[in-house]
Amino acid sequence: MKRLILVLCLLAAPVFAVQPDEVLDDPAFEARARELSKGLRCPVCQSESIDESNAEIARDLRILVRERIVAGDSDEQAVAFIVDRYGEYVLLRPTFGGANLVLWVAGPLMLLGALGMGVVYLRKRGKARLPEALSEAEQARLREILEE
Amino acid sequence: MITELAHFALILAFLVAIAQAIVPMLGAYLRNSSWMGVAEPAALAQFLLISFSFAVLTYAFVTSDFSLRLVVLNSHTAKPLLYKITGVWGNHEGSILLWVLILSLFGAAAAWFGGNLPPTLRARVLAVQGSIGAAFLAFILFTSNPFLRMARPPMNGEGLNPLLQDPGLAFHPPFLYLGYVGLSMSFSFAVAALIEGRVDAAWARWVRPWTLAAWVFLTIGIALGSWWAYYELGWGGFWFWDPVENASFMPWLIAAALLHCAIVVEKREALKSWTILLAILAFGFSLTGTFIVRSGVLTSVHAFANDPERGLFILMILGVFIGGALTLYAARAGAMEAKGVFALVSRESALVLNNILLAVAAFVVFVGTMWPLVAELLFDRKLSVGAPFFNAAFTPFIVALALIMPIGALLPWKRAKLARAMAPLWGVLVLAIATAALVWTMQTGRSVLGPVGVALAIWLVGGAMADLLQRSGRGLLIHRLGRMMRLPRADWGRALAHGGLGITMFGIAGLMAWESEEIRVAQIGETFEVAGYAITLNDVQRVQGPNFSSTRADMTVSRNGRQLARLKPEKRVYPVSQMPTTEAAIDSGFSRDIYLVIGDLQADGGWAVRTYVKPFTGWIWAGTILMALGGLFSLTDRRYRVAAGARRAKQPQSGVPAE
Repeated sequence: MKRLILVLCLLAAPVFAVQPDEVLDDPAFEARARELSKGLRCPVCQSESIDESNAEIARDLRILVRERIVAGDSDEQAVAFIVDRYGEYVLLRPTFGGANLVLWVAGPLMLLGALGMGVVYLRKRGKARLPEALSEAEQARLREILEE
Repeated sequence: MITELAHFALILAFLVAIAQAIVPMLGAYLRNSSWMGVAEPAALAQFLLISFSFAVLTYAFVTSDFSLRLVVLNSHTAKPLLYKITGVWGNHEGSILLWVLILSLFGAAAAWFGGNLPPTLRARVLAVQGSIGAAFLAFILFTSNPFLRMARPPMNGEGLNPLLQDPGLAFHPPFLYLGYVGLSMSFSFAVAALIEGRVDAAWARWVRPWTLAAWVFLTIGIALGSWWAYYELGWGGFWFWDPVENASFMPWLIAAALLHCAIVVEKREALKSWTILLAILAFGFSLTGTFIVRSGVLTSVHAFANDPERGLFILMILGVFIGGALTLYAARAGAMEAKGVFALVSRESALVLNNILLAVAAFVVFVGTMWPLVAELLFDRKLSVGAPFFNAAFTPFIVALALIMPIGALLPWKRAKLARAMAPLWGVLVLAIATAALVWTMQTGRSVLGPVGVALAIWLVGGAMADLLQRSGRGLLIHRLGRMMRLPRADWGRALAHGGLGITMFGIAGLMAWESEEIRVAQIGETFEVAGYAITLNDVQRVQGPNFSSTRADMTVSRNGRQLARLKPEKRVYPVSQMPTTEAAIDSGFSRDIYLVIGDLQADGGWAVRTYVKPFTGWIWAGTILMALGGLFSLTDRRYRVAAGARRAKQPQSGVPAE
């Protein structure tokens, strides 16, 4: 049920995530390609990276990434090459730029806010009880009782 | 004929639910006990009527009644019986019917077991529950009727999605729904309490078991889903952070927060309004989850446009119930005066911190899930928020939570000395850090994830043990063990659940840090080596299943010349739906899983084979089982069996100052 949408990816083509014929001979290049693939989204899939996806387009993108790496691109250049052609959409880790800043700082900000509110609340609760200790009249009454 | 009866029963249930929503609510307002008394039989009638129509739908699937549109679209005569039955909820209409069935089951349970509740509270709880039922029954009847007939019944159906023909996934939705819908009880109790204007320990004692049960079901449901993803999707991922998964994870986090702060209300009569708010939010996230899944709005904006009616309907339900409840909350929360007072260092404060961390973690998941939608609507940017974001933004909060957990469990109520609470934990802490350092030196050039996971696991599991040991008093170990066995089940539940989280964290860290993978072309008869294991591809055959054809490999795993396992990974094709699925073969062990996937035939006559050695992966689910078990232990604690609601008449005691 829940992952019905993943089906869409599998529907695309009955192939297999990373194929043996895609693998580069140089293990260092291959390791970089795998790492980059994990951060790039398969454009027709639901939350799957091109490294995990079985879709045809994911295979094309994997090969493209490897071509760029073999051509001597740095990691950033290779990713930029893909993003130029397929858009920001393929980045699984959103950039920090512009409005995305909100996304990144939302959690930490909320934590600070909640901690602040929590501390204020606890402090207030602690103080609110103090005056209740004993009022003037109660003090007087207490003295009376003690003297009796 | 019987199908029409079932349809009629559903309409009747809708009318009953409306009556259940209105009459007892008015009765409680007017203090009219006969009107309030309507709630109970109405809840039972609603449950029986919906059960009947669900049973009829199941019967239609089992007998392959192809005059029903839903059966045609989702079933096939060649399907095994199990999947004919699970096919009932393997589609939109049937799954919503299951949703409502479970909702009415919870309502009926509250009517059965609610004899001890104050009559006005019970009437109001059942009325709120009835109104949720009415809303969803209207949703079924007006937008997703499962009982539509076909004018010309075909000879056979179109079959169930092959991915759903799997035991793991077959039982994943019912458990998730039990969890989602279980939270509706907490919601109904919260709204009823807001209307009553009263929250006390007895109320919390009622709410907590419902929340706990919902949380246990959610835990099992989520674990089943992730286990399914692990063995079915063919590369061994266990969590994708996709919107549909997040939709179930957010209520889980909030429910975890809720069941912790309900303890504070129950034991100390503090944090009342916060508990109410959490109960509203927990169900709000459940509805949001239902909306996300059912409307498909986050899967693709176009899916929503295809079926705007359903999405809008659920959005309206969400707006009315959560909006209404929050408005009521804003108006009435001030009346929930807290009684218990506590110092800055106390178990209450630790639980507040737990709530903050869990709520913020849920919020991060929420923002990340909704951000693509917000960015597209407001900034016209089409972007993705995927696993790398969540791993970076979510993990710190959970690590922080794990760090405070053993300390919080040992702090006494009201007022505590940190040094005293830490006394039994120093040993655990030293052990955790020392082991992490050892792991760090043994692994070379890998991530810090492994050592951190090890340290957290030891800290949590050791902390849970120290917690139990601490409560067993002093004296000889044998006496202490005896006393430990007799501790309240709630204590065992806490220790199990907290320890379980540690085990799960260890499994996740182990898998992410130390996995080995190999992709290669293997000839038949060839042996290759991955991470010290020798793997042989003996044979590949075509096999015919009941409703699929399969390419099945026969592979042997051995180490040092000794055979460990014979595995048969498959690639299946379901002809009815023309869809391939991968059936990975897994040799599960204590310290590692060996995970084999067979791929396509290559030009040179070899087969593509993927091999993974996944260390400690089984621990992920072992931990979730422990967590669920902990919940069950806590649920069967004596105070719920004996005292639930029995002390309702007891007047709330006056607060005891902490200072």
